[in-house]
Amino acid sequence: MGRTLAEKVWDDHVVRRAEGEPDLLFIDLHLLHEVTSPQAFDGLRKNGRQVRRLDLTIATEDHNTPTLDIDKPIADPVSRVQLETLRKNCADFGVRLHPLGDVEQGVVHVVGPQLGLTQPGMTVVCGDSHTSTHGAFGGLAFGIGTSQVEHVLATQTLPMARPKTMAITVNGELPEGVTAKDLILAIIARIGTGGGQGYVLEYRGEAVEKLSMEARMTICNMSIEAGARAGMIAPDETTFAYLEGRPHAPKGEDWDAAVAYWKTLKSDDDAEFDAEVVIEASELSPFVTWGTNPGQGAPLSASVPDPASYEDASERLAAEKALEYMGLEAGQPLRSIKVDTVFVGSCTNGRIEDLRAAADIVKGRKVADGVRMLVVPGSARVGLQAVSEGLDVVFKEAGAEWRHAGCSMCLGMNPDQLAPGERSASTSNRNFEGRQGKGGRTHLVSPQVAAATAVLGHLASPADLAAADDRTPAGV
Amino acid sequence: MEAFTTHTGRAVPLRRSNVDTDQIIPAHWLKKVTRDGFEDGLFEAWRKDPEFVLNRPEREGATVLVAGPDFGTGSSREHAVWALQNYGFKAVISSRFADIFRGNSLKNGLLTVVLDQKIVDALWELTEADPTAEITVDLEAREVRAEGVNAPFELDENSRWRLLNGLDDISITLQNEADIATYEAKRPSFKPRTLTA
Repeated sequence: MGRTLAEKVWDDHVVRRAEGEPDLLFIDLHLLHEVTSPQAFDGLRKNGRQVRRLDLTIATEDHNTPTLDIDKPIADPVSRVQLETLRKNCADFGVRLHPLGDVEQGVVHVVGPQLGLTQPGMTVVCGDSHTSTHGAFGGLAFGIGTSQVEHVLATQTLPMARPKTMAITVNGELPEGVTAKDLILAIIARIGTGGGQGYVLEYRGEAVEKLSMEARMTICNMSIEAGARAGMIAPDETTFAYLEGRPHAPKGEDWDAAVAYWKTLKSDDDAEFDAEVVIEASELSPFVTWGTNPGQGAPLSASVPDPASYEDASERLAAEKALEYMGLEAGQPLRSIKVDTVFVGSCTNGRIEDLRAAADIVKGRKVADGVRMLVVPGSARVGLQAVSEGLDVVFKEAGAEWRHAGCSMCLGMNPDQLAPGERSASTSNRNFEGRQGKGGRTHLVSPQVAAATAVLGHLASPADLAAADDRTPAGV
Repeated sequence: MEAFTTHTGRAVPLRRSNVDTDQIIPAHWLKKVTRDGFEDGLFEAWRKDPEFVLNRPEREGATVLVAGPDFGTGSSREHAVWALQNYGFKAVISSRFADIFRGNSLKNGLLTVVLDQKIVDALWELTEADPTAEITVDLEAREVRAEGVNAPFELDENSRWRLLNGLDDISITLQNEADIATYEAKRPSFKPRTLTA
């Protein structure tokens, strides 16, 4: 019988297999950041252990870093200590680090791919659940806890139980104006926040094959919001073209050998998945969340659902609690929801393509009165690229704030937070209670919907702008 | 890791589904660089409400959390496990846990027990009606016992063995160091390295 993509990558990394034990998997790349690593380094010290493979380990600073005044000392003393701890740990153990201010600094899941360190067929781990992002290249990439970070530092392996596999096939083409973010939000709403639990998701089908690498990363990134530790997409010419020439991509003969191997990385025709979901792309439209978990979403054209409409008691209770927290009424059109803040950025939608899409919509328009729009590039490099294309000017002329790279308002560990009761349209990945700041209310959206929402002041799609448009024609 | 064999204690019934790790321990607590001192951050937002179940005087000293489905979703933060342990919880019961949280809990000796929702419902009813009711989580016998409840649970033999003996994963893996070295020797040369030699 044939094997799935996930099974192929898994099998290629088994260091040891024994009856009654989890497989011991080799890890090709270990990404570190300041939040989930300090206790792991402490553990190494306590046991007199070293980092086994410094050449497969890389660190950056992202969760705590400010996005303003990055040349000044970090104001929050606790954040400063955490960053200083990472710097000391990396210096003590010899780990390559891209600190704040470095041109390669940024959100860890943006940094790996742009350096060409994330490649097809690899196992990639990081103490961060959005490590699933890297599966967009056709590898197995998953988030781990701090005990596992220590385990990988010490052994470059992880004992793991073999996951089940789920195919998510997206037939047809995404309609005009429908993005990868809309697709993944619709998938999560369909299978639920626990639907992928225990599975590796493989996204496939015509609509997925047509997506850029940035869009594929957006999709794989949010696999965890469906409960799946990992999501992946078979590598193809789009993947190879993205990688070729990047700093850590293979060169010369290595490139040819790598591509030959990468081309074998797809699910065999007779491979069997443990579960299958089929989505018709043509039925999709811009999608937003109304609740407090990423599965509580609906098409932008819909209304806030009535909790009474849920048959399942725990879902009904969850919807009631969500509406109360979000300050929404059942039956209210989603388009009528006004926001105070728009956040464009994060490991979900902080790549150059996302910034281009948002800039294209705000260009020649103004952010609505009373709305603040924050644009945070996913990495320092993405920021530089955006500046070279003039996107920063477009955002600033529209009245948005252009910031330095980091996780920023995705989780509000730095000063970029919502105040209690404030409402955001956010291109990030989690609308949990208080995620973006205590009492803050989050609607997850695509960069395009975020930009249109910033201009109109309420949840909106770019198509809504066309109607009452006052955009200054280009060149005037 | 502290060994887990059997534990008996009073319970906190938490009737909520999809309790994500941002609720268990909010992000601003993650700036700490130690594994302890997280108890005051546990369910921080909800604890501002005096009626929140954890704040009820009759729940003081409870050690078994009986949670709704999909407990521990979201962020991989192991701090969520440390916060529960720092507060005094020894075991968490739910009909479904998020994968990463489950893995983190078992690596720290916090026993996460999966039971059918009907049994979770029964435990909720029992412990809500009688806050002094005790629940026994017996890893040796692999069963949960309480008044009117005698429910077997599954846990893979390897995890159970490690928990019963309080074994450290890294030491176990390093016993197979030769296998790792053999694997490393045959890795293809095109695989990327973060350091240039």
